[in-house]
Amino acid sequence: MMNNIDIKTLTVHAAADALAAGKISATGLCQAYLDRFDAVDGKVKAFLKIDKADILSRAKAADERRAQGKALSPYDGIPVGIKDCIVTQGQTCSCASKILEPVVSPYDSTVVARLKAKGFIPMGRLNMDEFAMGSSCENSAFMKTANPWDLNCVPGGSSGGSAASVAAGEVPAALGSDTGGSIRQPAAFCGVVGLKPTYGRVSRYGLVAFASSLDQIGPMTHDVLDSAIILDSICGHDSKDCTSLPEKCDSFAELVKSVEGKDLSGMKVGLPKEYFGAEGLSPGVKAAMEKTIETIRGLGAETVEVSLPHTKYAIAVYYIIATAEASANLARFDGIRYGAREEARDLIATYFKSRGKGFGEEVQRRILLGTYVLSSGYYDAYYLRAQKVRTLIRRDFENALKQCDIILTPVTPTTAFKFGDKSDPLQMYLSDIFTIALNLSGNCGISVPAGICPETGMPVGVQFIAPALQEDKLLSAARIFELNRETKLFTPAL
Amino acid sequence: MGAEHNIDVSYVAGLARLEIEPAAMKRLQQDMEAIVDYIEQLKELDVEGIEPTAHAMPLANVWREDVAGETFKRETMLANAPGTVDDELLKVPQVLPGEGMA
Repeated sequence: MMNNIDIKTLTVHAAADALAAGKISATGLCQAYLDRFDAVDGKVKAFLKIDKADILSRAKAADERRAQGKALSPYDGIPVGIKDCIVTQGQTCSCASKILEPVVSPYDSTVVARLKAKGFIPMGRLNMDEFAMGSSCENSAFMKTANPWDLNCVPGGSSGGSAASVAAGEVPAALGSDTGGSIRQPAAFCGVVGLKPTYGRVSRYGLVAFASSLDQIGPMTHDVLDSAIILDSICGHDSKDCTSLPEKCDSFAELVKSVEGKDLSGMKVGLPKEYFGAEGLSPGVKAAMEKTIETIRGLGAETVEVSLPHTKYAIAVYYIIATAEASANLARFDGIRYGAREEARDLIATYFKSRGKGFGEEVQRRILLGTYVLSSGYYDAYYLRAQKVRTLIRRDFENALKQCDIILTPVTPTTAFKFGDKSDPLQMYLSDIFTIALNLSGNCGISVPAGICPETGMPVGVQFIAPALQEDKLLSAARIFELNRETKLFTPAL
Repeated sequence: MGAEHNIDVSYVAGLARLEIEPAAMKRLQQDMEAIVDYIEQLKELDVEGIEPTAHAMPLANVWREDVAGETFKRETMLANAPGTVDDELLKVPQVLPGEGMA
């Protein structure tokens, strides 16, 4: 606590208000976060690296600008945590992999450059599953991040460090990346908000590619308004990413502020029957879903049952397409131009050894699977067929979203599980059932904390889904729900 | 069921230029077979006449003027190299297998 500000729950918008009112300086704010880091990160292990001197010198510069009336934005001097697969100039970018451990980025990703242009301070390198492959952060080559709600549980993944750092109050917001749920699932596990924008909203320049047709960067924050603020700061067209969309987007925060005090009357919310009848949906998650449905009905929303008939095929499609793209994207890591090299007798042997030693087992497994499904004689049977089923999944969403404005679903079948609980890779993949289809269809989605599971004491998230490019609808509904849900605060005891 | 796929993991690893530890080979073989068994379920579906989706958003080629832009300095790019020669070249292992090079 300082000047009645509790750093653990401080939002970006409240920090901006405090800075504007002169209640706090950027230096004081950043120092408070660094103190919090010193106090808890030994237990949480969210950060792989942190450059304290760089953060404090940027904070000092922000204070000087504000004193001269030249603040870059209301957010000048507020730190944002960065997942280790998004490059920041002058900092390491290992993707939590040994093969990239020595690499220092010579440039800023577009998202980091845009955050800096608003005065946000990139804070540290946040832990993740190696190359974003995993759902628990257990696949990091360097350390396991813990869930701040229960240190024996995983924070989720792959953006586990991002989710845990925000939940633990070490940073007010963080960037994650989402290929099959890697923002939304850890957000649900850690009781924070996680937004996967429409594919193409946010530039991927400087995001180390996992599966290029699915990857999207997004914010992880304490509340929906903060996600809108960060989205405004990072989204919009970028000539350095040929999949970047031209649509203008810079006023989501204004919109989200304008819905405060409003209800959901006139909104039709679709409930996909395949998601609610899913096997393995735990009682705690089910109860939170039912409570959420009751809350939104109480707010005037009409609920309708919709169908996403190809739901059961989404995981199979995903693990063909994502691994195929990954096997191609990760071919560039060979120990020649950058990264860790294992010397061997000749060039080819050096590739084999560097990649064999540099990649962890899950990454190797996915490279093998992706290489297999693309290999001669199997392409039509697996990869091409998966792309066709992807079309069916996309049509499912198009049809369902004709009958409603947004869709409401669970994020995960259970709350955060314990370390080592899912040692079988296929079992781990199956836990992504509710998040994966969105990346295949290109829609936008957000995970919002909805309640606490009485059995496990862990937070439960719900997912809102909107058509592509309708973040306005998505964020408005999520914000109205957030302001009216029964459980108000999601703060771990840590 | 897994055995019917006969996945030759060492062949696939060769294509992917991956040296697999002998201890991991058996485990990877079993995992791959279980995962391929699982993805086989896509064969239940009739996909005749369905267009494949490569990208969720329609994409068009992006053109720009052929104008030289700013590039990284050589020392910046070589700073991440595992080995250099005279601070201006990447040092690489022998490219062609065989004797006689040093």
